[in-house]
Amino acid sequence: MNEISNKWIGKNTVRPDGAEKVTGRAQYSSDTTMPGMIWGHVLRSPHPHAKIISINTKKAEALAGVKSVITSKDIVDFPLDTPVILGIQDMRWMCRNVMARDKVLFHGHPLAAVAATTEAIAEKACDLIEVEYEILPWAIDIEDAIKDDAPILHDHIQFNGKPSNIAGTLEHKKGDIEEGFAKADVIIEKHFKTEAVHQGYLETHSCLVSVAADGRATIWSSSQGQFMVRAMTSFLTGIPQSNIRAIPAEIGGGFGGKTIVYLEPLATVLSQKTGRPVKIVMNREDTMRASGPTSGSKSTIKIGATNDGKIVAAQGIYYLQAGAFPGSPIRGAAGCSLAPYDIPNAHTFGYDVVSNRSKVAAYRAPGAPIGAYGVECVLDEIAEALKMCPLELRKINAAKEGTKAVHGPVFPKMGYIETLDAAINHPHYKAPLGKHQGRGVASGFWFNAGGESSAQLNITEDGNVVVTTGHPDIGGSRASIANITAELLGIHHDRVSVLIGDTATIGYSNLTGGSRVLFASAMVVTESAQIVINQLKQRAAKIWGIDEDAIEWENGEARPAGDNAGKFAPLTLAEIADKATATGGPIGAGYQVNTEGAEGGFATHICDVEVDMDLGIVRVKRYTSIQDVGKAIHPDYVEGQLQGGCAQGIGWALSEEYIYNKDGHLDNTGFLDYRMPVCSDLPMLDTVIIEVPNPKHPQGVRGVGEVPLVPPLAAISNAVYQAIGKRSYSLPMSPPKVLKIIEGN
Amino acid sequence: MSKIQVSTNINNESVEYLCEPHDTMLNVLRNQLDLTGSKESCGSGDCGSCSIILDGELVCSCLMLAAEAEGSKLETIEGMSEGGKLHALQQKFLEKAALQCGICTPGFLMASKALLDHNPTPTETEVRFWLAGNLCRCTGYDKIVKAVLEVADDMKESA
Repeated sequence: MNEISNKWIGKNTVRPDGAEKVTGRAQYSSDTTMPGMIWGHVLRSPHPHAKIISINTKKAEALAGVKSVITSKDIVDFPLDTPVILGIQDMRWMCRNVMARDKVLFHGHPLAAVAATTEAIAEKACDLIEVEYEILPWAIDIEDAIKDDAPILHDHIQFNGKPSNIAGTLEHKKGDIEEGFAKADVIIEKHFKTEAVHQGYLETHSCLVSVAADGRATIWSSSQGQFMVRAMTSFLTGIPQSNIRAIPAEIGGGFGGKTIVYLEPLATVLSQKTGRPVKIVMNREDTMRASGPTSGSKSTIKIGATNDGKIVAAQGIYYLQAGAFPGSPIRGAAGCSLAPYDIPNAHTFGYDVVSNRSKVAAYRAPGAPIGAYGVECVLDEIAEALKMCPLELRKINAAKEGTKAVHGPVFPKMGYIETLDAAINHPHYKAPLGKHQGRGVASGFWFNAGGESSAQLNITEDGNVVVTTGHPDIGGSRASIANITAELLGIHHDRVSVLIGDTATIGYSNLTGGSRVLFASAMVVTESAQIVINQLKQRAAKIWGIDEDAIEWENGEARPAGDNAGKFAPLTLAEIADKATATGGPIGAGYQVNTEGAEGGFATHICDVEVDMDLGIVRVKRYTSIQDVGKAIHPDYVEGQLQGGCAQGIGWALSEEYIYNKDGHLDNTGFLDYRMPVCSDLPMLDTVIIEVPNPKHPQGVRGVGEVPLVPPLAAISNAVYQAIGKRSYSLPMSPPKVLKIIEGN
Repeated sequence: MSKIQVSTNINNESVEYLCEPHDTMLNVLRNQLDLTGSKESCGSGDCGSCSIILDGELVCSCLMLAAEAEGSKLETIEGMSEGGKLHALQQKFLEKAALQCGICTPGFLMASKALLDHNPTPTETEVRFWLAGNLCRCTGYDKIVKAVLEVADDMKESA
């Protein structure tokens, strides 16, 4: 039977993992159990900064049902003087983050863990652990952490020749910044502040680990990378990677926050010591206190332009909270903030500041929303000073093919200007506004990423396809992989199963993160499919007794071509698969590579708000996200990324913030007072998908997931300014803050 | 304190279990009855991931004591499809890509079913306020709201 000609790329197919997810059968991390399983619980610091004088676990160990108690002594130590880098993490910090060593550095810092027959006993045992602390002065906010007499978190970290909480810097320069400002007709310089915000994934961290009698460990956990879990657990426990199998559970959201481990090494050691499978589930309170968030920041942005709207100089100075250990996303702030613009003289500088907060983790375009926030607000002030349309100002200065970005690379063909044109021409931009309503725009950029990926594509005996890749599917990537495979092989997408392999069943694959998954997996799936198509042609050649070069693969079947055209009836995938044993054996191929050619993504957003002048409440009335996605393989899930990022941006701009009290404790650890947008807070979120294909990718794919969170902070700020005529230079624009601005205080 | 014996009905099947007086319904569903489709995301009634229907009313199973289920009729996500056929809401969520990671999906489906059971012709605003007790961090709610409204429309047409 001939296949009907298919074009699956760009179709909104039903995702391969969908039926399990709508029936509650999909196995997320904490849904897994094992025979003989016991429960772990983690003891956490009640202080933001203290020396650990002693830990006495005797009473806890004596409690009935307790099987083991561990502390930092049981986790591999990495001395402070030697970096041990794994991806963007350093094992010196990871070993101290999963279990405090000598000092606790934030409220919620783990310092012991218990395994017991029930969760309740494990929790009770934690209460029986006696810890003697010497409480130290602490610094929560950047201002307090960088002042001269600030309490120092890490004695060995030096800045300008003395101990400091500034753990690192990063600088980008282009042209001559002073000369540039000298040419400007208008210069605007402003200071901005943002608060730490959590990724807000609804699935908290959890894992189940079984170390068998032969010493081999199996880890079930939800993460953005099973290979990351395996590697970090190996480093922190000393078990060789080859003896650890990390199985990725379905992941209930990550947004960057599940790119490091918290519990897996602890559960592994507890399982090793007890000989039992150990499950640990972090509750929401601890997830807020001790995982994520992304940095709070302060920044200064200075931009100069000539009267005709040409930006001649721009400078951004960023201080980002790293939390208790170095590693804030200054690269995203300093690298992305000016990338949408062709600016002859530019300078960005980022400071990585440690303080007594939980260690930050990646969050969707890490650092870039912070960078874009100040720049895109100042651009609006420049536009106002020059009496120009803010989108026209951006267009005059837009980066395009051939522009050398401030962070280094020269852009190939890309679609930033297309997003601006689409915004200018969008009905939203021309729609009338009501009383106390305002409209704001902003643009944003994210690098996107390539890196290691592996795929295996097997033809089943009945002529269908199973594709395995190594990246946890965080938001529909299986659906896109099914579309691409179906397109390449010319078969119905229903005939493609897509699986996520574990560390033992698929080759090394880097994290699900940086907007890399579909970019990279499409490349290795495409290569695998090409190899398989060649195999299928070889098998048909054998069946027909002709040369394989005289065979074409089209619409899911082998067809004789050239001189042989029409001589044989075409052979379908199923017919060739049926004869696989006789023609050479199983059909299938894998491919793995360090993918290159990820090109950046650009977006422009339009936002309308209405401000309640009595209560200070800002409501988003209309929102349109416009983004160059390269090629939308599955448009609905592309839209979903745009809408989800936008909603997170609305939360960051209006209602979300980490609030520490005078004791250095995080005060809002629940969803009631860490206020993420709910359904009734939002309007429909419109999207415009622009497709300027990435010239370096077989399907033209660019990353999609990160960029949508870059413009919203400024788009919403600019809209609030237009609505009330006054600007907030800090986020979130919560009702009390907005009310103060309205009242002029 | 001795355990409490509870006789109840879950997804049209009689169920008996023993629970501690302080056990939540969610804990018993997940850890005793292997009904792990109901999720715990906050444990404080703020996210709706553990939504179930108790005697026709939408509740957070993390805020309900397991002992309270005595003599009741409970619906969980595991009972939503019948005879291997997806409920119209489940089908529409798939067709409209109204889920990304899927962890909040069982809760949204139960809440949406409870809504349509109470009010088969909701406006967009009614959908948004009814579902305001369910958090989703992936989708921005857009496709979820559209899916629920479409199911309501389909029901109207087939009625």
